[in-house]
Amino acid sequence: MHLGAIDGLILGLYLVVVLLVGWLAARKTKSGTDFFLAGRSIPAWVCGLAFISANLGAQEVIGMGASGAKYGIATAHFYWLGAIPAMVFIGVFMMPFYYGSKARSAPEYLRMRFDEKTRAFNALSFAVMTIIGSGVSMYAMAKLIQTLHVLDAPFAAAGLPQTWIFHAAILASALVVLVYIYMGGLRGAIYNEVLQFFLIVAGFAPLAWFGLKSAGGWEGIKATLGPAYTHAWQGMGDPATNRLGVDGFGLVMGLGFVLSFGYWCTDFLVVQRAMAADSMASARRTPLIAAGFKMFFPFLVIIPGLAALTLTTAAMAPAQAAGPGHVQAAAVIPVKLDSASGKPMLDSAGKPQLDYDLATPNLLIHTFPTGMLGLGLTALLASFMSGMAGNVTAFNTVWTYDLYQAYLKPEASDAHYLAVGRLTTAVGILLSVGAAYMASQFNNIMDLIQLICAFVNAPVFATFLLGMFWKRATGHGAFWGLVLGTAGAALHHGLTLPLGSVPGIKGGWLTVVHTYPSEMAQNFWTAIWAWSLCFGLTIAGSLATRPRAEGELVGLVYSLTPKLDEPGGGWLRNPVVLGAIVLGATLVLNLVFW
Amino acid sequence: MDVRLPIGLLFIGIGLLLVVAGLTTPAAQLKLASTGVNLDLAWGAAMTAFGAGAVLLTRIGRS
Repeated sequence: MHLGAIDGLILGLYLVVVLLVGWLAARKTKSGTDFFLAGRSIPAWVCGLAFISANLGAQEVIGMGASGAKYGIATAHFYWLGAIPAMVFIGVFMMPFYYGSKARSAPEYLRMRFDEKTRAFNALSFAVMTIIGSGVSMYAMAKLIQTLHVLDAPFAAAGLPQTWIFHAAILASALVVLVYIYMGGLRGAIYNEVLQFFLIVAGFAPLAWFGLKSAGGWEGIKATLGPAYTHAWQGMGDPATNRLGVDGFGLVMGLGFVLSFGYWCTDFLVVQRAMAADSMASARRTPLIAAGFKMFFPFLVIIPGLAALTLTTAAMAPAQAAGPGHVQAAAVIPVKLDSASGKPMLDSAGKPQLDYDLATPNLLIHTFPTGMLGLGLTALLASFMSGMAGNVTAFNTVWTYDLYQAYLKPEASDAHYLAVGRLTTAVGILLSVGAAYMASQFNNIMDLIQLICAFVNAPVFATFLLGMFWKRATGHGAFWGLVLGTAGAALHHGLTLPLGSVPGIKGGWLTVVHTYPSEMAQNFWTAIWAWSLCFGLTIAGSLATRPRAEGELVGLVYSLTPKLDEPGGGWLRNPVVLGAIVLGATLVLNLVFW
Repeated sequence: MDVRLPIGLLFIGIGLLLVVAGLTTPAAQLKLASTGVNLDLAWGAAMTAFGAGAVLLTRIGRS
């Protein structure tokens, strides 16, 4: 794939505008509140779009396309089941406590509601997770640019070695994100996330549309790939009858409840966007507006993967493509090659394995002419930067307020914390770059660290849930529930193994007492065990320890907080009505793709 | 600061660049087989219109 001059101009224009937005935001960034909370002054629709963008890293755009090609439309469960209900829940029920408590971060809410140790545990694990998150995403991005060979020609022309492409991709994108966050803080990140949101849609909507068209439409996909790829719920009763290899209960409870609510309702990376809103009503509408857009994202990111697989299948087995649509055969997804022998890798049935990660990028190259290629590449870069900026702004806030101010230097001026926040941005990005290089050196270490992150994320929703809705929950109960829930996740992982894996990084490192039909099923059940353990132990520990006086919990716990006045301006501004509309529409989507 | 302004200007800029690409790229390189339309020209026009709309909204909002 060769980039033309116009592709380069599009990319360059994007970079200039992103930096310009950072500079414009910098003019309004004078205090710590400006830098870390965007002055709590952002309108709801801006926060809502930033809420989606911050979560939408390049891994999602590429990964969801890959999953679409691997699992089919059932991948949409990660949206319709694994995101929308949780986004409605945080907007309707939890936001009044995040925003109303005036906490500056999610860990700070835990200190107000529980105690120091619970906050410290959450803040530390969250800080480590954000650095790894942005490092892994940076690595994936640089590797993709290298694999697509888009910069080969410009680098050759400049006389630079091809191995530098990886370094240049990492350093250039890190530098741009650093500059606009350093200048504009959270406001710079949020404004850019909205811009990036529109750019991602502009880049991927035509890809989804024309990918679908060349696959012969939905009918062509159905005829070529068969019902296993085009139904989200059919066959979910048993792991053997669906492509995900999970059981219905594990899916609904593990993904739809624990993992989904654990991420969308507690992860400060997304919650921070809502906390920047200009009013309580806006803060509550933020995740609901986000959910309204998010439910259509499967069409944007999963359909390209399905279309790429349809074209590839038609090319490999033309007889299968005889459907009602007009499928154009093209081997869009390449076969995986063994790095040692250079021969195609085969699965257990003797069929060649496909490199699904290249489904979406290769469809882009296959479909887009020069010009649109530049736009597509810019959209990929935008998705990467928005995800990274989300991690970095969440990291600098949690580090400055929950670790530095709390334990290292409690009584300093606002200007001091603002300076620390800016410095932390640079340090955080430097650490992310380090994590990216670590990922490129030691694949297994990265798997291990990501696994630990999963252990940390799964139980924490039980802590927030009991904190907000059960006034009897205590700090000791919450802390030990969280710690032991996390340990429980590790224990479950050490005792179970997915079918066909060897004990080690995939599980079973203690002994194998249970075998799951797939890695995904094991993940879901690890989450279920961790959450249940944390939930049960927090209750037991709370009942065994002395509760706090009810007067101290006003504004922090549901039953002790006066009901909010419904915001004026009509029923469309009412979060409960908005939430019901979003859930109803999501239900319809599930039924259509049943 | 109104974020619609930079978004609008960026979309107008990219849209116009795409229109130029659509008018100058030889037909053989437009990948018409997979799309059936001059995608650069069509999507460039759409993005320019969207950008103009966004800029217009900031004007209306101010008056």
